[in-house]
Amino acid sequence: MGALTPEIMARSLAQVLGFLLAVLAGLALLELHVYLLVFRRPRSRPAALFTRAVQVGLAGLLLLLFLRFLDRVGLIADLAAAWGLTSWLSAPERLWAAWSARVGMPWGWLLPALALLLLGGAIYVGGEPRPSRLGLAYLLILPALLGISFLIVIPFLYEARLAFSNMAMYTAQNPEFGLRYGIENFIKVFTGPVAKDATFFEVFGRTVLWTVINVTLHVTGGLILALLLNRPMRLRGLYRTILILPWAVPSTITAMAWRNEFDFRYGFFNILLRNMQQLFADLADRTASVPLIDDLFAGLSQAVGPVPWRQDPTWAFVSVVMTNVWLGIPFMMVVLLGGLQSISPEYYEAAEIDGASKWQQFRHITLPLLRPVLVPATILGTVWTFNRFEVIYLVTQGGPQEKTDILVSSLYKAIFQFYRYGFGAAFALVIFFILLLWSILYLRITKGLRGIYE
Amino acid sequence: MKGKTILSSVVEVPAALPRAWPRPRLRALFFRPRGDSAAKRLLIHLALWAACAVAVYPVLRVVTISLRPANKLLTTSLAIIPEDATLANYIELLVGRPGRPTEFCLWIWNSLIITLTTATVGLLLSATAAYAFSRFRFPGRNAGLIFLLSTQMFPAAMLLLPLFIMISRLGLIDSYLGLVIAYSVTAVPVSIWILKGYYDTIPRDLEEAAMIDGASRLGVLWHIIRPLSTPALAIAFLFNFMSGWSEYIVARIILHKREMYTWPLGLWTFTEQYTVLWGKFAAASILVALPVTLLFLYSSRWLLTGLTLGGTKE
Repeated sequence: MGALTPEIMARSLAQVLGFLLAVLAGLALLELHVYLLVFRRPRSRPAALFTRAVQVGLAGLLLLLFLRFLDRVGLIADLAAAWGLTSWLSAPERLWAAWSARVGMPWGWLLPALALLLLGGAIYVGGEPRPSRLGLAYLLILPALLGISFLIVIPFLYEARLAFSNMAMYTAQNPEFGLRYGIENFIKVFTGPVAKDATFFEVFGRTVLWTVINVTLHVTGGLILALLLNRPMRLRGLYRTILILPWAVPSTITAMAWRNEFDFRYGFFNILLRNMQQLFADLADRTASVPLIDDLFAGLSQAVGPVPWRQDPTWAFVSVVMTNVWLGIPFMMVVLLGGLQSISPEYYEAAEIDGASKWQQFRHITLPLLRPVLVPATILGTVWTFNRFEVIYLVTQGGPQEKTDILVSSLYKAIFQFYRYGFGAAFALVIFFILLLWSILYLRITKGLRGIYE
Repeated sequence: MKGKTILSSVVEVPAALPRAWPRPRLRALFFRPRGDSAAKRLLIHLALWAACAVAVYPVLRVVTISLRPANKLLTTSLAIIPEDATLANYIELLVGRPGRPTEFCLWIWNSLIITLTTATVGLLLSATAAYAFSRFRFPGRNAGLIFLLSTQMFPAAMLLLPLFIMISRLGLIDSYLGLVIAYSVTAVPVSIWILKGYYDTIPRDLEEAAMIDGASRLGVLWHIIRPLSTPALAIAFLFNFMSGWSEYIVARIILHKREMYTWPLGLWTFTEQYTVLWGKFAAASILVALPVTLLFLYSSRWLLTGLTLGGTKE
């Protein structure tokens, strides 16, 4: 079992290439017909009749397929069933099954594609060019529009709908929808446990704490390193490369490796702490004759010692924060270093001539001029830290007893460990609105969108 | 990796570090030059050495553990080169033991297939749209841009539930396509954003000149923009590749069969029994991380350039 064989390689390549080819061909045919719609005008009355008939037919087919897709993934399955539309919607599918059973595989696909191509050719021949100012823009946008609708918009609508359902493990196949369930779900988010034991406000508080601690340390650490690096010096490139390392190594690996280092017996941190304890105990022995120092070392050897990283909630939280801080500093460093380098050295020269101290220079030149970089970096850093639970999930899995969970990791657990789908959807929407509020606040503060319109 | 995108598209990060520091020349004769004393320089170097040690040590520890022989795996030694260092872990991963072929290569293959496809799909769907966003003023453009920007503010976990249900109803659980679809959710908006930033920096005069010479808009796109945008496409591709390559959370819910695992899922099975397989885990980490880390360090300048472009204003 499990080895990589040439057969597996061939099979997976065929599958993926087939998928890419299908996407490409589908897009090409769609683009062709949209192009004809936008850029060609039928030349004569019969041509117009033919063209519009084909276009209406194709549009109808697309609509039917689209509705069938929504029905199939379950977004409108209950509505379709209630209105007796299910058999209508699945008609093309049954036709397709009959067709492909009769014709066989490559031609089953190729013939319809060829037919669409020929129809397009006929429309082209029967038409004349029509100027369109923005037609090309729509043609160019089309693939992304489709992608975004199917990947983001429809899932989001689905989520909104699921929030008003009783979908859970046993009702996964045929959930019921209704306002009643929605209200129930939203009330449960704020009153009941969000994953297993922890309540919403407890987890929310921890999320805020997690975000604030992480972002503060990221920015402080990044700023200190950037300030140290922002000068002509030897080995500067080497330092920069080495300091980026925590960002460059895949974070999945780092998180798993750090998780092992928090092992009680063999993890690095406890080995270090144990060695320190030993050292202090030795020192206390050696200095037994000196009264105060001896007590100091004895006290230290009592205070320092291995820590239950996995079992104690506080230490578990410290462990995830340590990991995430280590991971996040290089990025801030790079961004802030970029900001520092855009400050002209002339300001400092002028300040020096006027006799300003280093601190005054930092306070009155560096900080204000760094602001345009610092403020958005901080606020966006906040959003990512708020959302970033991969580290938590890999290091502690939210344990012990969900004491290191943040909102997003609780959400993940509620859905994929406890199968509370309807509830999870409502919970996700609540998190969405918290972030939305924060984003609006962010845009208000920084006017961050000014740039994107050009 | 996704998180690393958008900031730089809002903040302007100078792409390359200036080579030579502007030095005060003549003025230095009259005023004290802005240089540091020897003691201060020493302190700065010491501080940076310490920081580098903190940055490197955890990685070195993984190397150390990967070199430990099976019978010395559990030790409280902190030596960097372990006693009886051996490459047995690596060999077992790459070749397997007699009677137990290795799964590691299969996991890497799965990851490769999935991330390469995702990166391709991301470019396929986004490249032309990015150009339209950069050049045309069509109704809905601003709303679209705000929408794209806001997709970066929300966690991937938000849409995981509906995506999971849709993918499973379509029968794509435990398939490459299921994960490719899930990853495209982030790949498409990010690619549009990066590429739009790049197209914004291509001067319009170029296109206008060609159009005065009688080229059509489509001809301009094909003959001028397409060749010019190769580096940006490469950056966007690399970006999508990197963000999918080490993803764990989403892969976990889409892939359940062991032979479909991507390497992060595979590695996790090692850590679950970390006391037994710690060495194997460490060796696998090194094998996976080494090429990607080098690629990242090598391309970080361009990655930052690409991201910076997103924020360029005209």
